[in-house]
Amino acid sequence: MYQYDQYDHLIVQERIAQYRDQVRRRLAGELTEEEFLPLRLQNGLYMQRHAYMLRIAVPYGLLSSKQMRMFAHIARKYDRGYGHFTTRQNIQFNWIELEQTPDILADLASVEMHANQTSGNCIRNVTSDEYAGVAADEIIDPRPYAEVLRQWSTFHPEFLALPRKFKVAINGALEDRAAIAVHDIGLTVVKNEAGEIGFKVMVGGGMGRTPILGSVIREFLPREHLLTYTEAIMRVYNQYGRRDNKYKARIKILLKALGVEEFARQVEEEWADLKGTEQTLTLEEMERLVAYFQPHAYETLPNIDVAAAHADNRAFANWLKRNVKPHKVPGYAAVVLSLKKTGVPPGDATAQQMDFMADLADRYSFSELRVTHEQNIVLADVEQSKLFALWTEIKAQGLATPNIGLLTDIICCPGGDFCSLANAKSIPIAAAIAERFDHIDYLHDIGDIELNISGCINACGHHHVGSIGVLGVDKDGSEWYQVSIGGSQGNNSAIGKIIGPSFSAQQMPEVIGRLLQVYVRERTPDERFVDTAQRLGIGPFKDFVYATPIAEAGRLVGEDEYA
Amino acid sequence: MPDQIIKGRSIVRNEWQLLRLAEGQEAASAEVPAGKVIVPLAVWEAQRETLAVRGDIGVWLASDQRPEVLKEDLQRFPVIAVDFPKFTDGRGYSIAFNLRMRLGYKGELRAIGDVLRDQLFQMQRVGFDAYDTRPDRSIEDALKGLTVFSETYQASVDNRIPLFRRHQRGTPAEHNDAGAGI
Repeated sequence: MYQYDQYDHLIVQERIAQYRDQVRRRLAGELTEEEFLPLRLQNGLYMQRHAYMLRIAVPYGLLSSKQMRMFAHIARKYDRGYGHFTTRQNIQFNWIELEQTPDILADLASVEMHANQTSGNCIRNVTSDEYAGVAADEIIDPRPYAEVLRQWSTFHPEFLALPRKFKVAINGALEDRAAIAVHDIGLTVVKNEAGEIGFKVMVGGGMGRTPILGSVIREFLPREHLLTYTEAIMRVYNQYGRRDNKYKARIKILLKALGVEEFARQVEEEWADLKGTEQTLTLEEMERLVAYFQPHAYETLPNIDVAAAHADNRAFANWLKRNVKPHKVPGYAAVVLSLKKTGVPPGDATAQQMDFMADLADRYSFSELRVTHEQNIVLADVEQSKLFALWTEIKAQGLATPNIGLLTDIICCPGGDFCSLANAKSIPIAAAIAERFDHIDYLHDIGDIELNISGCINACGHHHVGSIGVLGVDKDGSEWYQVSIGGSQGNNSAIGKIIGPSFSAQQMPEVIGRLLQVYVRERTPDERFVDTAQRLGIGPFKDFVYATPIAEAGRLVGEDEYA
Repeated sequence: MPDQIIKGRSIVRNEWQLLRLAEGQEAASAEVPAGKVIVPLAVWEAQRETLAVRGDIGVWLASDQRPEVLKEDLQRFPVIAVDFPKFTDGRGYSIAFNLRMRLGYKGELRAIGDVLRDQLFQMQRVGFDAYDTRPDRSIEDALKGLTVFSETYQASVDNRIPLFRRHQRGTPAEHNDAGAGI
């Protein structure tokens, strides 16, 4: 993975000094809260419902064991013993004291980490495929380019006060695992006929209150022009994006207003003056960065039929089927550590679990881990012969729930329990659904399904692209939940369609139950929920869900736990 | 206290008067006083004939105005100012960049409006060289905002060479006997 050189260290240290002084000035009353706000947001510090929340960048989701241990340390020393991994491949701590944030940044810097631009109206942490570097369908490892973008966007003088936040995702494989269609800029690595590496550039995707899939504005951008072309996009957006209404300030609105062709024309015009300038990437720089992401020192191993060797162990077989992913090197596999155990808020990990995962990475996976945008952790390079031993160890720590890609692998934002933006709770909804369907045979029978829950229209829980999406809404001061189906991320991205009037929290498990009943009745062999939903449309689902009144079950599990 | 601005990296006396139109005031009939005056773009456009003979006229752009409109007149202005109506409005950075890089403006480029200490480093990078900082804040403090970082990753107006071309950068340990990082 990438390692800081003296310049990275210098910049991060100067940043800490700058931020420390900003905190000092805020506490001394030299900065008003209004003035401090954009400064602290650029350092990932939010004021939440109960306390400050600090969001730390995990660039493109890649972590060393040392860095994971630092999260455990931060959880213990500065927080309440746990952290929350997010859909942006970051980690958040929810109970932070403002005065301590500079020290936390200093601790992070000691392991080459930071919280720069994890929030605010600037270019955020660049996200990517959690299987980058090990996926068999990969064209080119996207991480060196993600690192190029990380450095270029860090404190970019021109783009720190954009109309709104700006999210970039990059994918290097045939299958899109980075949800590029729902990002402000989505980049896919492509090779042209001459074998040259470049990018297909998609702009204007996003969720929130106006969910839109991105539009391709360039089919092939030679890789050396990555920065100048991105800069041109950003400059057009910075100057002409709307600033009168924060809900209409994302680049997708500008793109829609201008039309894709006109937007692309303006970008090309801006780019004409930048193309070929010194910001153009050099082959030397690309090779330097690629060298940080070389394949590990893999053993020469045969592929093993692990499932056959343990056919008598059903629990292990279930885990193999759901949580173990193919690897491009024979004899290896990628393992997903599930942070979706029933009863635990999705994406949460305790300090003890973080230390444990770091230890696992050291012993099983070249000391590296990845954070997935589904809020799980991946050990990408595990020898197949060690899978059983690994499974035995992680079972004891609650990290072996065999539910990756299943109904209980819920993407869920922190919701009303933590977030001051939320209209409704999301964690108790996830908990109630997980509890109701906590039956492994049933879950496996339902198969691949993405249940995504957001506590508000900002869509941090990616509800628009869930096979089933749940959105918390406020109606006359009480919390209700709107349900959509048929959303999808990846190569066939789609925005889900709302099935009808919203439901109470207590009704939600039964609503999901009814949707699943329609699916089971209507599906063709091997058809996934999302495919059935897209084939039939919302009609049959809507008819069945609303046909008879839904009783309100009692108090939800976990409700008010954080109040 | 005299009217001061930051120019380059020093605090100097502000020699320019800034003309802002009052609500409803017409650009064509607005009176431009004698002496060094920075006028709004609209006033320049409306009174170009009379103002062009004076050598003591600067112009300022609002954050939604395009610098390209000044293309023909650009080099005649000893000063061009860009207004920041709110410190969170970042359009002025791109305007400055384009004034310098695309249009090649060589004179004084001044940031006016809601200009605070924590913006100065970025402003300097995109080509500003003068800062009319907010009068309710210490200008001596604001000066410290110019020297926050000693290295930057990306190219801009202040340094057209990005870090990766400027320095021989580190390489991974196995590729470099000296070891990477610190």
